[in-house]
Amino acid sequence: MKKNLLKAFALSGALLTAAVSLTGCGSSGKAAGSNHYSIVNVSYDPTRELYVAYNEAFKKHWESEHDSTVEITQSHGGSGKQALEVANGNPADVVTLALEYDVKAVEDAGLIEPGWLSEFPLDSSPYTSTIVFLVRKGNPKNILDWGDLARDDVGIITPNPKTSGGARWNHLAAWAWAQREYNNDETQVLAYIKKLYENVLVLDSGARGATNSFVENKQGDVLLAWENEAFLSLKEYPDDYEIVTPSISILAQPSVAIVDKVVDKNGTREVATEYLNYLYSEEAQRIAGQNFYRPSNEQVLAEFGDVFDLSINLVTINDFGGWDEAFAKHFADGGLFDQIYEQN
Amino acid sequence: MAKETQSQTVGAKPSPVVKWLLIGLSVLFLFVMLVLPLITVIQEALRKGFAAYREAISDPDAFSALNLTLEATVFAVVINTVFGLFAAWAVTKFRFHGKKLLVTLIDLPVTVSPIIAGLIYVLTFGRQSAIYPFLEEHDLRVVYAVPGIILATVFVTFPFISRELLPVLEAQGTDEEEAAAMMGAKGFTIFRKITLPHIRWALLYGIVLCTARAMGEFGAVSVLSGHLRGQTVTLPLQVEILFGDNKYMPAFAVSSILVILAVVILIVRSIVEYIGKEKK
Repeated sequence: MKKNLLKAFALSGALLTAAVSLTGCGSSGKAAGSNHYSIVNVSYDPTRELYVAYNEAFKKHWESEHDSTVEITQSHGGSGKQALEVANGNPADVVTLALEYDVKAVEDAGLIEPGWLSEFPLDSSPYTSTIVFLVRKGNPKNILDWGDLARDDVGIITPNPKTSGGARWNHLAAWAWAQREYNNDETQVLAYIKKLYENVLVLDSGARGATNSFVENKQGDVLLAWENEAFLSLKEYPDDYEIVTPSISILAQPSVAIVDKVVDKNGTREVATEYLNYLYSEEAQRIAGQNFYRPSNEQVLAEFGDVFDLSINLVTINDFGGWDEAFAKHFADGGLFDQIYEQN
Repeated sequence: MAKETQSQTVGAKPSPVVKWLLIGLSVLFLFVMLVLPLITVIQEALRKGFAAYREAISDPDAFSALNLTLEATVFAVVINTVFGLFAAWAVTKFRFHGKKLLVTLIDLPVTVSPIIAGLIYVLTFGRQSAIYPFLEEHDLRVVYAVPGIILATVFVTFPFISRELLPVLEAQGTDEEEAAAMMGAKGFTIFRKITLPHIRWALLYGIVLCTARAMGEFGAVSVLSGHLRGQTVTLPLQVEILFGDNKYMPAFAVSSILVILAVVILIVRSIVEYIGKEKK
């Protein structure tokens, strides 16, 4: 009896070990003796279409210049959540997240070396975006600016700033408008932001989830959205929606970085570096523009002058004292967002 | 069976109005909650024709998701069968302190939210854990890799088999095994000749339930997956990803694979149940 018990225990143990060793390694990196690279790009929610197009272009570019092939695995989700997963061991060779602060979370976990912000041009931000309103065709609720979002008859869709990068940009853009509107009177600004969140109907964990709530499930009157995400909805349903550009918004700078610990372990630093570098090439900048991200290359941006509202009035994260300060004040545990949301 | 006939003869004759009302409500409920959505899935999956459907389900990512789902299910069933047999055997055939506690612990995965189960494993095997340096040194990846998905699936399904076996073993008692032992039979012979025939159908039924639950698991797997496309994405996760990608027809096509698997399991379940009853 005992012997058989032991045998069966050993068997199940062996099975588990087999599962671990069979599948545990080799999903990323360079297989020994072969010319094949495999890298993982952990990105945020709305970049799904962008990186499908870019990965194809990069593959061609790399394979035309090198005697090796490359394959890119994507992962998408709310930016804050994605950063946390990388910090917990999701094996990203590169991260392409919604904002600097989320990349910093990976740096703080000891995976990215300090100084990554200046490793690539323009604060490691190859494309930018901003925050706009997506409303239903004809703008039935006549939503024209941030002030209208505090009206009693307006239902808002925005993701959760705790998990979503886009939602943090939304929050800060609303804050910037209120500061200007109320001459920096913090009490009035807070009251406005509080009213805004009272009007939020669905708080999804990522930008794409919020878009689906608004576009597919027809919730709410206005979606606070990445400009690229709003354009994408417009492209899919040109007759159902329109974009409203508010009087003030924020320059949203998604950040990219190499995950040093992972590339050094996998031997993928060269291909990962080129992967991020090539995002600044004219070809990639054009792909960004076609996917409704604002190219950082001025010439390419000018080509898309009829798509983007280039006269939009934008504040930047520096107006909030940088991400560390903004995050501590607004989004940290017990910060302004928590206080506002608990009161509701 | 006996119970049902009893209540019918003993109780007062129920009014036919109540009877048909209840039947009608049940059928309506099942139709709205179950049949209608299932029809929608199949209809949406085939909206763009069979060629588009075939293309959607033969996509490499969908194929890899199917593979991973089947792999996790096989591991969950094998491990939980072994574990379920041991646990049920230990609890019903021996007397020891903490028996109640053990039974309660076996039930834990039913009561704990799958999300928590996922987080537990992230904390146990993730980069922040104490054993991570050891795992890294030996190039073993658990979370955000296939082993994590298998672990999560095993966790959420492990009560299913032991729970089916417990009542049967309990009812059977230990007399027959003791008699066999006195006549000189060895442990495994006793198990094979005495115990197994009694529990065979309960075991099969448990395996069917375990399979169904393993294939559909979403929450715990979602936390542990990392959503690496084509690598750590199971069928339910692939459906969610396709929805997010605005690819509705393919999302329904992949859903239909899960529906088909579920229907197959239902049929197997009915057969097992039927034969099990006949044998009794």
